[in-house]
Amino acid sequence: MIKKSLLIPSQLDTESILKDARRELALPSRRLFAKRALTLGGLSLLTGCNITDQASVNHMLERISRMNDGVQAWLFDPTRLAPTYTQAEMTRPFPFNAFYGIDEVPEIDGSDYQLEIKGLVANKRPWTLDQLHKLPQNEQITRHICVEGWSAIGRWGGVPFSYFLKQIGADLSAKYIDFQCGDDYHTSIDMPTALHPQTQLTLTYDGEILPAKYGFPMKLRMPTKLGYKNPKHIVSIEVTNKYPGGYWEDQGYNWFGGS
Amino acid sequence: MSSIVQKKAIVHPIWLRITHWLNALAVIVMILSGWRIYNASPIFPFRIPSEWTLGGWLGGALQWHFAAMWLLFFNGLIYLLFNAGSGRLWKKFFPLRPTDVMRDMIKALTGKLQHDALDKYNAVQKLAYVSVILDLILLVISGLAIWKSVQFPLLRELMGGFDTARIVHFCAMAFLVAFIVVHVVMVALVPRTLLAMLRGR
Repeated sequence: MIKKSLLIPSQLDTESILKDARRELALPSRRLFAKRALTLGGLSLLTGCNITDQASVNHMLERISRMNDGVQAWLFDPTRLAPTYTQAEMTRPFPFNAFYGIDEVPEIDGSDYQLEIKGLVANKRPWTLDQLHKLPQNEQITRHICVEGWSAIGRWGGVPFSYFLKQIGADLSAKYIDFQCGDDYHTSIDMPTALHPQTQLTLTYDGEILPAKYGFPMKLRMPTKLGYKNPKHIVSIEVTNKYPGGYWEDQGYNWFGGS
Repeated sequence: MSSIVQKKAIVHPIWLRITHWLNALAVIVMILSGWRIYNASPIFPFRIPSEWTLGGWLGGALQWHFAAMWLLFFNGLIYLLFNAGSGRLWKKFFPLRPTDVMRDMIKALTGKLQHDALDKYNAVQKLAYVSVILDLILLVISGLAIWKSVQFPLLRELMGGFDTARIVHFCAMAFLVAFIVVHVVMVALVPRTLLAMLRGR
């Protein structure tokens, strides 16, 4: 048998709990919060990639990316130099990176190699490797920054690209330079970057002839741009005013790709 | 009478509510897309589960990240200008004394801290909100140092170089995520704060 003295407080408790619960439930803010929480849940579901598949969303992102090209061109200072490093600071070994594995690196024969010159240039004569090596060379130890976020310091030697462009009589008021490569890669850059003092037609790595994995017979090295803008195994250079895009750029990487 | 006046008084002005929700949107997009970018080359020995990320692949994540950064930057700038210009910044968050923070922290941990007035922050809230504002500024600065490490040499050096800028950016993101978790839990505990942030009172 339950004693009366025990029953009464528990009844009181139940009543007060129910009263509290009723009051809490009546609060419109509770329901509103639940609704908002559901919407937040809905938003988190979207992150799977539903919104990324929408054509209109991709179109908007693409347009913002083109706008960012403009902002980066505006931010780009053609006289500002990227930091240089000492040989002791070099990343060894310098990482290999491409859209294919290291066993698929193209083997280009240097003896019959000819660099093709196209577009808005006065002299379209192709260049042999010997002729390129006879041009004035310089060397720089700079940081290569990848779009993925990693970075590595390497020592690169070759011809200042602005010097080369003047040699071939390029129209320096043209907008783009397009590069076609021996590994089916292609990319393009803006003229101010092409004329930047550290932009180099690279023929050597760490004092040696450029190895195949780093882009033999030559690559374009720009410490002011991300890695994917630095083409390897270049076989043709075209000066143009027609937007050339690029391998990764056509898939959504930012075209300017500056750093 | 006074309670009616209090009820009608605006806790959060309209510009604050707009910038708050735009900031929430920008920050969510930036965090989720940033996680995807982090996964491309993790700094620490772990990856973020891809179901939690935005963008589908690295290129898509970069597009989202570099689109939302404009919203975060300009919205943040407008917030700071209005907040400082109207004097609200000083009125709401200062004075911020360590002894008050300790006192309110102990109160909060022992369940004695009351959210009695929505328009007045306790010392723990003040510290949390000032910290997250500074954290967002740090996120923008370290982000700029990563995005344009050559063009912004001062920011790069301030962050201790390109590689450390990435670590700073990641740690500032982690702090922001921790803040959001606590912030949302607190809102769930005191739903009136959500109403105030939606309709102003």
